[in-house]
Amino acid sequence: MSPTIELSAVGKRFGSHWAAQQVDLVLHQGSCVGLVGHNGAGKSTLIKIMLGLLRPDTGQVRVLGVDPASGHAAVRATLGYLPENVAFQSSMTGIETLNFYARLKRQDLRNNAELLERVGLADASRNRVGTFSKGMRQRLGLAQALLGRPRALLLDEPTTGLDPALRQSFYEILRDLRRDGAAILLSSHALAELEGEVDRVVVMNHGRKMADGNIHSLRSYSGIWPRLRVRTSRMLRMVANGSNPWSDWQPLPGGMLELTCEEADIPHLLRTLPADARDVEIVRPSLDEVYAAFLRGEGTAA
Amino acid sequence: MRQTTIIAAKELRDGLRNRWVLAITLLLAVFALTLAFLGAAPTGVVKVSPLGVTIVSLSSLTVFLLPLIALLLSYDAIVGEIDRGTMGLLLAYPVARWQVVLGKFLGHCAILAIATVVGYGVAGLMLGLNGGGDAETWRAFAMLVATAVLLGAVFIALGYLVSATVRDCGTAGGIAIGIWLFFVLIYDMALLGLLVATQGQGIDGSVLNWLLLANPTDAFRLFNLAGTPGVASLSGLSGLAAQVQLRPAAMAGALMLWVLVPLAGTVAVFSRRQV
Repeated sequence: MSPTIELSAVGKRFGSHWAAQQVDLVLHQGSCVGLVGHNGAGKSTLIKIMLGLLRPDTGQVRVLGVDPASGHAAVRATLGYLPENVAFQSSMTGIETLNFYARLKRQDLRNNAELLERVGLADASRNRVGTFSKGMRQRLGLAQALLGRPRALLLDEPTTGLDPALRQSFYEILRDLRRDGAAILLSSHALAELEGEVDRVVVMNHGRKMADGNIHSLRSYSGIWPRLRVRTSRMLRMVANGSNPWSDWQPLPGGMLELTCEEADIPHLLRTLPADARDVEIVRPSLDEVYAAFLRGEGTAA
Repeated sequence: MRQTTIIAAKELRDGLRNRWVLAITLLLAVFALTLAFLGAAPTGVVKVSPLGVTIVSLSSLTVFLLPLIALLLSYDAIVGEIDRGTMGLLLAYPVARWQVVLGKFLGHCAILAIATVVGYGVAGLMLGLNGGGDAETWRAFAMLVATAVLLGAVFIALGYLVSATVRDCGTAGGIAIGIWLFFVLIYDMALLGLLVATQGQGIDGSVLNWLLLANPTDAFRLFNLAGTPGVASLSGLSGLAAQVQLRPAAMAGALMLWVLVPLAGTVAVFSRRQV
């Protein structure tokens, strides 16, 4: 099965600055990929390249089998896009805005009221967009991106300005779309938010792809090892005496001992703990720590 | 064509909603009525057609006002949408860039046409009720309104070309003012200066024709002031009308070209632009 979106060695330069360099990315039908990076990491540039709004200086892009810059109308009709800081004509109402975009996609306007309800804007649909808060504009942006049940959704910072309840309903909508076979790419500053919501994460830094894999593998590749913590008076005494086999354990304040170890070694270590061991704790790196490690360049690209 | 119509309808609705149409219509109506009744006041004594005098006055008003209004409508049509971030979203939809340009153009032309027809039409109607003029003068009035919209369309297209080329709205606004100053004020003064300085030597009729067609406001002025004998005699251009060997069709054709060339240029520049 050919990928919905495929980037091969894509590079984009603005003047002397490379906003994206040698990026490979594949997005299959029904998959959801998170694009993570700080401001200026190249996330929006990549999304604009996938939409054909920017032409890459190097490499090749294929969206549903065609070059998006060719402006193929049939392909565009199957794409949904939510730009970062989405903006609309302030003099139009919410429903007028959605109707305008639905007409361009040749969609039945009768579904639009339901779509606005789905993103929590039913009550404000007759208000002018100029009076909308940032979160409301974001929800309207999401509604327009969902027009026509797209086969590929490209969402640039989609949850900015959404409260936790709306964020949950947003991810529910994405899950529905994935079940229908849509390929979804969403960019975010926060890796932690994407846990459980995406199949794969691509970490970008200064225009380069630093990592590409599921969250479990990113933890492994980040270079940050898990830590095993345990409270045991017997081990504590032996560590204080420098006795083997516990010499690698570090004492912590409060009578705890900690060992940095590989994930694969944890079961064995747990089995060999002394009988008086209690308060056993496995501390795995948080996603924010993993992300920070990749940004520092400590991680290895998967 | 469907996508173009959708975009044109949106532009027109925006124009109606943000009071652009109302403001321009009122402005043109107030000026036109003032010129029709104050400017045509002496006609009762000299027995000339008040409508003919009004055409002369409105032609001058149009040359100053319509290009300015058209440039105000158009200078940020593309760069403004790119700045605000609405263009990227629009272009992600199944719509070609030429359709965006053409849709905006038709919408803005409709705004200008409504304002001009209503604004000038009110003055024409009032003069008509007061026994305005003969059939030929009415035809000239209708042509004035039509060519005023065409002149507006020229400057909308020029505004788009600027808007598609520059990187920010401020620059677009500055260049738009420059275009207005050049075509409305500087060009004719420079041409006059050239004619006086050279005593007309080396500038024969055909060169003058081309020089006049090279400025859309001159083509408009000549079309309306020298094209109708009854009006030419009132405008003081009957002598010029005899000298200029341009047919009205050539002048209208020049105006059409002044629309099409910048519009095609806009499409070409905008198609290559990365949003």
